[in-house]
Order: sequence, then structure tokens, then C-alpha cells
Amino acid sequence: MWEQNFPIKYFKKISMSNKPSTLFDKVWDAHVVRKIEDGPDVFFIDRHFIHEVTSPVAFLGLESRGIDVMFPDCTFATADHNTPTINQHLPVADPLSANQLQALERNSAKYGISHWGLGDPKNGIVHVVGPENGITLPGMTIVCGDSHTSTHGAFGAIAFGIGTSEVEMVLSSQCIMQPKPKKMRINVNGQLGKAVTPKDVTLYIIAQLTTAGATGYFVEYAGDVFEKMSMEGRMTVCNMSIEMGARGGMIAPDETTFKYINGREKAPKGAAWDKALAYWKTLKTDAGASFDKEYNFEAADIEPMITYGTNPGMGMGISKHIPKATDLAGGVATYEKSLKYMGFEEDQLMIGKKVDYVFIGSCTNGRIEDFRAFASIVKGRKKADHITAWIVPGSHIVEAQIKEEGILDILTEAGFLLRQPGCSACLAMNDDKIPAGKYAVSTSNRNFEGRQGPGSRTLLASPYVAAAAAVTGVVTDPREFL
Amino acid sequence: MAYDTFTVLTSTAVPLPIENVDTDQIIPARFLKATERKGFGDNLFRDWRYNNDESPKKDFVLNNPIYSGKILVGGTNFGSGSSREHAAWAIYDYGFRCVVSSFFADIFKGNAINVGILPVQVSEAFLVQIFKAIEADPATSITVDLNAQTIKLAATGATESFTINGYKKNNLINGFDDIDYLQAMKEDIKAFATTHSI
Repeated sequence: MWEQNFPIKYFKKISMSNKPSTLFDKVWDAHVVRKIEDGPDVFFIDRHFIHEVTSPVAFLGLESRGIDVMFPDCTFATADHNTPTINQHLPVADPLSANQLQALERNSAKYGISHWGLGDPKNGIVHVVGPENGITLPGMTIVCGDSHTSTHGAFGAIAFGIGTSEVEMVLSSQCIMQPKPKKMRINVNGQLGKAVTPKDVTLYIIAQLTTAGATGYFVEYAGDVFEKMSMEGRMTVCNMSIEMGARGGMIAPDETTFKYINGREKAPKGAAWDKALAYWKTLKTDAGASFDKEYNFEAADIEPMITYGTNPGMGMGISKHIPKATDLAGGVATYEKSLKYMGFEEDQLMIGKKVDYVFIGSCTNGRIEDFRAFASIVKGRKKADHITAWIVPGSHIVEAQIKEEGILDILTEAGFLLRQPGCSACLAMNDDKIPAGKYAVSTSNRNFEGRQGPGSRTLLASPYVAAAAAVTGVVTDPREFL
Repeated sequence: MAYDTFTVLTSTAVPLPIENVDTDQIIPARFLKATERKGFGDNLFRDWRYNNDESPKKDFVLNNPIYSGKILVGGTNFGSGSSREHAAWAIYDYGFRCVVSSFFADIFKGNAINVGILPVQVSEAFLVQIFKAIEADPATSITVDLNAQTIKLAATGATESFTINGYKKNNLINGFDDIDYLQAMKEDIKAFATTHSI
């Protein structure tokens, strides 16, 4: 029985056709339960993550219809969006947040869904804990009521965010109804420069394509820059796919992927591992397979990046001047509104601009590699006096690594405090809000108006850029420190 | 269970000629703490609509009594960002049944249909015509005919057709929803799941 095989689940279905096909097609086509003429595909979901914010209404829907969860073993619940990042051992003070957390716990218990609540050693940001526990595997379809579900594409999975109605669909039928997106491939080749991280690669790509440049597409990232990248880095890149409108992005699994997965708690073991591995090795785009759109970029063209506006496409090399509206596509009025909100002007330099807050964390840059990068710059230096820094690990596992590797000592020595895991200031649903008018260099994913608190001004960047700002108090080129 | 059926809607429209309206603007994260789908319209466009002291911002379109109606017209790339269905709930709860733009973000578009809001994608040129018509006369009406897949401006008679897949169109016209469809094919899904294992 299918349910009994959990969690060692992967897919033998491969394309019967001899036509070259893409990684995306191979995984997608293996999950189509039914094709509806002039409609979406009934699309089977292998793994479903839920959190406290986008699931309660879906459970209410089940109740009002009197229907059950079809495969509770395939859904995993973790609390992250709304959780405090200090004093997690105490009751959650905000009654509305506490209510949502309790609803998640109650609903998970009622339907037999495993739940990693606040204080659980496995708790953390949903897109950090999935991979680190071996739940995310190549060839899978993975959804969650969160647009950064695209993160899991780093493993060669088709992973994307869904709405609450779809959460209810997955709970009740393990399927959603999804039209197949078009296919895009983005190739980046060459050698990345000093202090250029996966975050800079993705901010560069988004700046080239714009915030809506990949809407309607599913992206495959290819080229030697991604082949050489760690799993943490690949997750950062795939995570940000949604910021150019793509539903998701994926990278073909390889030895780096297999090594990361091997031995993780819910990953296949023994004979099942061998069989899975044989299948995973088939998950790559065949030579000659076609894409609806393809882009090629050179690694050498990418600088450490920073954003200056109110969408993630408004990014540039940190040493550059803010573009003029007339040099960009898009409406001038919207651009001017954006710069006005940020308190910036056309043609200004970003370097040297005063920063008030630094946030390192989130599903984008809340993994161990990110804290290593941050620590490599703050080591032996001191936090700038006027900077408030929020250092938030993506999970308890990351938090433990930070301690084991001596990073906590470096942070403490430099005057930084390590907080507890959660989404935190990325979306500011908890108390971690940037005050109105203040500037935050943030390793998160969105610089929308008010995203980090009403009136907050966000500069998206890498952990290196965040660290350089944290010790100097101004926007600083991290290459000076490395 | 879709919330309404949608056939023909004739209404005045509210213009929001801003590009890349993201779902954090439509409903900021701090208003996502409810566990029921109620009252989100009160916080629709919260930070564009209200000052910090909760007084209405006079220059925001929802606070201008000249503009009203069941159709919201937005700039290109409407609904980008977070997958929060709360954005669609807020638009619906406020009273809109149709959003018109020259381009929609994917997740928002799907969420809108799933809650009974019709997203109508028009050409950039037609969008400009709509904004001009409303500017000239805020009382002018727009007719959206889902059966015919057309949008028509009363002011000029200009008409454009829009696309929607047949399955979703049928759902909206009849008030069907995806969950009912999936419940009806549960046995097929279970059979599929079985063949999926190794």
C-alpha cells in the first residue's frame, strides 16, 4: 500500500517517449492524475507543508464540508510565521498569534498530521526544516501555502506556493488543479567574483528579468555556477524564483544533492536509497529538449547586489548609482512613488547610506552557510553602535550548528545577540518590526512597502553585505573585508 | 464551494493606476492573524488607505467617495508576491467581484478565481482606455460578460475580449469549485497514488 511505504516514496514513472524532455516535464508529467480539456491538470502532490497562517481556514473548510484528510502522512506542520524569536519557552503574548498557533496544533492532532510546534527541536522555518529533515527529495511535487515553497526546487523537485483553497484541496484529495506553466531555462556560467554569493546571483537575475519577467513560467537553473553551488546556495536561488514572478525554479539533482540528503532522518535508507538514487540520476534535462524561453548570463558580470526600491527587481551592483526612471522599462509614476517611499533619488550612490537595522535570517538566507558568511566579516570587529541587529536562525538545527561551530562566540564577541528560529522580520508578523522610516539591510526576500513593518525601508542583500553594514553602520561594499 | 456565481457584471469601477501592486499592500501581514475568513475587507490596502493614527488618507482612491463599484482596475502585474489568499478575501470582502489589469501574478490570479473574483486581463492599450474613461467620468460603467468573454466600456463602446480556461469559466458561471471536483474523483486519485509507489 502506498501509505505504508511512507516516507520512502519516489516515482518510477518516467516518460515513455523518446523525445528529449526537460527535468520539469519529467517530474510534472509523472504527477498528472487527469488532464482536463481546456482546463488545468489534476496534479498529484507528494509533500505538503502547512504553517499557522494559511491553514486554519482550510481546516474550517474540511469541517464545513464534512470531509477528511486523505493522506495525513504526506502533510507536515511547523509553526514559523507568527512565532516570537525570544523567550519561546514562555506563552506567546499576542492572543491572536497564540490562537493561530493553537489552531495549528489542534488541527494537526485532530487529523493525525505531524506537527513541529514552538519549542519542538525540529521547529523552524518550513522551507528550512523540510530539506534538513530529508522530507524534501528529488522528483517530488511539493506545495505549501507560502510562495517561497519554490525553495525546495533546489533538490530537483517541482515546488511552489499555493493559496488556502488549494491547501484545502491537498488536505482533502492530495491534488490541486494546476495548469502546466511554460518552461524557462536560465544559464549562468563562469567564475563568481569575490563576495558574490547565491543571493547576489538571484538578485542579479531578477534585476535583469524584472519582478514579473518570469510570470507564467517554471524555471530551470543551469550552468556551472549552479553546478558548483552548495545545496544551501541552490535553496537561496530557487527560493527567490517567485520574486520574478515564476511559480518555481529547480536545479537538476547531482552528487551535491545526494550527499546532502544521504543520512537525513526521513530520507530513504539501504536498498530503498539505492533504488531512489538510480531514479534521481535520471532527473535531468535531455540534450535537445526545448524551453519556451532561455536566458544566458555571465558570472563575471555579477557584483555584490543591493536593492534600492520597493520590489525585488529593483536591485543593482552595490557600487552603482540608482538608475534613472527614463533608463528603465515600466511606468515613471510608479518608479517615482517607489523612490519617494525609500527616501532615495535617481542617480544617487548607495554606498555610504546610513543603515539603522540589519536582519539576517529567513527562508532565503537563514541556513548555516549564511551565518558562516556573516561571521567571517564580523569576526574581530564590533557591531556599529547605532545598528539594531536581528540574527535569526532558520531552525533549531541551524541554531545548534551556529553554536557548535563557534559562530555564536564570534557574534557575541562582536556585540550581536542570537535570537530563536522563525520567519521574524522577513514579514514582521511577530514583534520583529522595523520602525517607520528606518532602513534595514535584510537578507530576506521582499522589499515591498511596509513588508518589514509599517513604513519600513528594506535593502535586500547577501549575508556579506548585511555583515558589512552591521559593523560599519552604512551601506558598505563587502569586498573591502574579504 | 465558490462563493457566488458570475455571469454578467455591470458596474462603475475603482481605478488604481499603480504597477506591481503586491499582496503585502493588498493586505499587510500583520492582519493575517485570523483563523476565520471574516472581516478582511476592513484592512484592504490598509497602509495606503489609513495614516498611522488610523485616519483615512484623503488622496487614496478608496477614500474618495467619487469612486465606487464592484470592479477594481489595477496597473500591470497586479497581485505579485506572497501567496496569501487573504488578499483575494480582502478584495472580495470589500465588495469587488472583478479585478481588471493588463497582467496578473500567477498565484493571485488562481486565488481570485477560487474565491469567486473574476480576474480580467486586458491589453495595455485597453487598460489605458479604461483609466481615461473613469477619469473623465467616475460614474461611467463597465460591463464584464463572462459567457461572451468580453469587457465593454459604456463611455466609448470599446470592447475587448479576454481569455479564461473553459473549466474555470464553467466553475464561475455555475458556482462549482475544485474541491467538489476532486472529491468526485477520489477513487481515481487513490488508485493513482497506489501506482505511484515502487
